[in-house]
Amino acid sequence: MNDTFSVAELTVYIRDLISADERLQDVTVQGEVSNMTRAASGHVYFTLKDSKSQIKCVMWRSNAERQLRLPDNGDSIMVHGAVNVYEQNGVYQLYADHIRPVGVGDLYRQFELLKAKLDAEGLFDSLRKRPLPEFPHTIGIVTSADAAAFQDVQNVLRRRYPLARVVIAPTLVQGADAPAQIVAALRRLDAYGECDVIIVCRGGGSIEDLWAFNDERVARAIVACRVPVISGVGHETDFTIADFAADVRAPTPSAAAELATPDSAELRYGLDELTRSLDSAMHMQLEQRRQAIEDANRSLRQLSPLAQIRNARQRIDDWTARIDRGQQARLHLLRERLSARAEALERANPKAILKRGYALVTLSENGERVISAREAKPGTGITIQLHDGELKARVEDKDTHERYRRTLF
Amino acid sequence: MNDIDALSFESAFAELETIIDQLDSGALPLDESVALYERGRKLSARCQSLLDTAELRVSKLMEDGRLEEIVTWKP
Repeated sequence: MNDTFSVAELTVYIRDLISADERLQDVTVQGEVSNMTRAASGHVYFTLKDSKSQIKCVMWRSNAERQLRLPDNGDSIMVHGAVNVYEQNGVYQLYADHIRPVGVGDLYRQFELLKAKLDAEGLFDSLRKRPLPEFPHTIGIVTSADAAAFQDVQNVLRRRYPLARVVIAPTLVQGADAPAQIVAALRRLDAYGECDVIIVCRGGGSIEDLWAFNDERVARAIVACRVPVISGVGHETDFTIADFAADVRAPTPSAAAELATPDSAELRYGLDELTRSLDSAMHMQLEQRRQAIEDANRSLRQLSPLAQIRNARQRIDDWTARIDRGQQARLHLLRERLSARAEALERANPKAILKRGYALVTLSENGERVISAREAKPGTGITIQLHDGELKARVEDKDTHERYRRTLF
Repeated sequence: MNDIDALSFESAFAELETIIDQLDSGALPLDESVALYERGRKLSARCQSLLDTAELRVSKLMEDGRLEEIVTWKP
């Protein structure tokens, strides 16, 4: 092992050494509590010290919730747990699972025994826990009528939910007679039959003060109630058997009153929201109908006889325009053709040839055209037509081609 | 419709929620919608007045089962 360690490797090496030591994994330490911190997560951190040394301690929430009472700074306590290394900070700490004060061991043993017994019976089973009513009409309270706790509960209920009615079944909350009175008060409220939820509460005090709520009869009476029970005993750090037996555990009497009721400020807000929803739902209804009427009106206008006549008129105009355009095109075509014919005709007019110096010869007596020299004997009257008039003439002599040629050659 | 004055807060509140769902569904004839809306408005007013005038009444349940008024907290 001559290799160089990284910090992490060294830390893991030390961690493994410590966690492999059986004695360190099951150890009880006695010391004085300091730097007690309860984190928002519910985990509890503190330092355990004596005159010479100190050790950091951690108790996870799951364990912290199971303690009868969490210690205050300066308390002498016995802590059971396992030592291990928190690698990130490179520190060893005691991971505590059980705490008890030095000196009052007897009460704690009783508490632990009873808790284990009732737990084994299933009294604390989460499946047995009942949901709280959303809007309780009548809230039963089991507490001392003169105590500050009852005043606290009333103050919270006045502010949060004055719609409720409160019925207190007064009882002693400490001393030897308290457990039997608490049980009787619970039964009386349950028999009264109008409570929707029952709060069992008591203000803070010493462990001995709170002891009535660690009584087996009280726990069983809570479980036997027909309506849900909220416990609010002592302070946040106090846990009693009644807390475990109740359907909901509140850290204090005031907190129990809060858990039992909706907040009227939120109800007002919810009511405003609902009323706005109501208005907008109605507005939507009217708007949809207005839209439907408008649509119908539009359809109606399109289907009316007047609109149909207007459409027909429009169609007639369209067709007329189309017919006009067709006629125009046709006329144009005819005109073109006509002028082409006229030109051709002009070209074919024999009189046009006359302009170029040719003449047309006809027999004067009958107007027959003379094509060949042989057709006109000497002495015959002929008409010579020129382009601008006629000449009357008489054939004096004639010469056929043959003769004509002969004279030439 | 006078039954509204006898409704508890949560009954009125719950019925108001139902009415809004019905209106939102849009399947009702107009006169029914208007009637529902008017009822919804009355329910809302009922809830409001319950919250405004509620006074916490506290009584004591005696050992013999008698109920004894202790105090009524004015709003």
